[in-house]
Amino acid sequence: MAGDYMSTSIEEIEEIARKCRVEIVKMVYRAQAGHPGGSLSEIDLLAALYATRMRVRPSEPKWNDRDRFILSKGHASPGMYAILAEMGFISHEDLKSYRVLGGVCQGHVDMKWCPGVDFSAGSLGMGLSFGMGCAIAARLDNSDRRAFVMIGDGEMQEGSVWEAAMAAAHHELGNLKVILDRNRIQNDDFCEEQMRMFDIPAKWKAFGWNVKEIDGHNMQDVMDGLDFLEAEENCNGPSILIAHTIKGGGISYMENNPSFHGAAPNEEQYNQAMMELGEVEA
Amino acid sequence: MTRMAATRDGYGQALLDLADNPKVVVLEADLGKSTKSLHFRKAHPERTVSCGIGEQNMLLVGAGLASAGYIPFASTFAIFTERAFEQMRNGVARPNLPVHLCGSHGGTHTGTDGSSAQSIEDLAVFRTLPNVVVMHPCDDVSTRALTMQLPALGKPSYMRTARNKTPVLYDGREAEIQIGKGVVLEEGTDVAIIACGVLVSEALKAANRLKQEGVSACVVDMHTLKPLDGALIDRLVEQCGALVTAEDHNIIGGLGGAVAEHLVSNTLAPLERVGVPDRFGESGQADEMLEVMQISAPHIAKAAQRAITRK
Repeated sequence: MAGDYMSTSIEEIEEIARKCRVEIVKMVYRAQAGHPGGSLSEIDLLAALYATRMRVRPSEPKWNDRDRFILSKGHASPGMYAILAEMGFISHEDLKSYRVLGGVCQGHVDMKWCPGVDFSAGSLGMGLSFGMGCAIAARLDNSDRRAFVMIGDGEMQEGSVWEAAMAAAHHELGNLKVILDRNRIQNDDFCEEQMRMFDIPAKWKAFGWNVKEIDGHNMQDVMDGLDFLEAEENCNGPSILIAHTIKGGGISYMENNPSFHGAAPNEEQYNQAMMELGEVEA
Repeated sequence: MTRMAATRDGYGQALLDLADNPKVVVLEADLGKSTKSLHFRKAHPERTVSCGIGEQNMLLVGAGLASAGYIPFASTFAIFTERAFEQMRNGVARPNLPVHLCGSHGGTHTGTDGSSAQSIEDLAVFRTLPNVVVMHPCDDVSTRALTMQLPALGKPSYMRTARNKTPVLYDGREAEIQIGKGVVLEEGTDVAIIACGVLVSEALKAANRLKQEGVSACVVDMHTLKPLDGALIDRLVEQCGALVTAEDHNIIGGLGGAVAEHLVSNTLAPLERVGVPDRFGESGQADEMLEVMQISAPHIAKAAQRAITRK
């Protein structure tokens, strides 16, 4: 499947990601709640994935042969809503419904509420197993659709992640592709303080996965990583892209700041973010 | 001579029968030999997914399959379904994905494995989940019939089956079994005994004993705890004026709880609840456990007398 993507340039993907960052900050600012840090760390990956790899039909979100995308770290929903709006699954107006009663943009992504969302997330450690089910379903359907799953690094502390990791390798699910948003921060603190994870690539290799590490904010690196996930030689079993990212990436005061895992900017911080993202002049 | 059979065998047979539906898939967590999904595995290995000893993963693999139009039947011991409760809650029930979970070896009737294996809370916890249908059939025939109806349900379910054999009550009566509808096995006018699972046959024995004492007891197999057949309960209140529930489950939150909830919101009637008296079990034979837990036929009959005196 490598190369089978739309002729979107690196610069164009970067611009999509920039626009998504603006929407992420706006959503969290309007709601005065939510998770900007993990949304900003994942967004370059989501932009590249959706702009160049996902075989989906925004006008037919339930098309059975679509690739599935499962945001297992479902609290980073602003990132997903932003890219869904950018791709036309929902409108930019819908983004104003984030965390608002009756809105399609529920606090955590929800397949019952939002077009383009394939998995109702919100509880960590669940998406990989669900993606495994999607991958088995594709195999039973003789379909070449894939299941992409994004997990967080803190999420790997959930034991169920490893149940799924073991099972997916056992079943040689070459159509299961995981992206790990390795942003090094979780709710309470840096991951290293909460639960040391030692050699993450070695862990996944030991579980029988194809593994590649990339810089999750270098768009060329991201594209190479997605090529790796799609490469024929890596379809013998499940593959994982370990993307080293920066929590809050793109907004100076949020970067590597555990306070912005789950907190909204105030007005002054919001204005500064818009400036840094090039929305308003300095 | 009454035929004896285990409800888990009815489940295994139903899975085989359902195999004609190409959307039916079976998920196992290393207990297929016990839950009886092994027959399906042997016949249809390509539609059987081993999840190893990993119940949490199994439930969500099922959810993923269901999201793509498959109808997964996942089974393990009742007690281990509880380990995946939050997966059932957040990954299955919340998005209303039709994953059908079967917990075998439920209740203290499971016997000699001891308290770690004797789930006495499964019916209660799964009953609290929106969208989830909860069943506990009493024999292999009704288990098979209920399981056969699940693909058409379009929502998730939990069914408890039992390890040990109990009297078969529905031979030739499959047509009477319908999800959500209790079955009156014996008519009566003084008291109604509403039972589920392995205690249905005990309830029938209790009714016999009561007859000798001059009491006319109605016996109902309430194989579906949720949705509860409220119309039938209303009729029993009117007809008998006193009720007893009987279940191999904690006295809290199961069938007795469900019936009590119905009564307080409708027409009140004296209700005696026979169930595990909020304690854990121990190793023992199935019949011994029913005695230890004070849920066998004599205890049901005594409860019926108490209910009648409260009229």
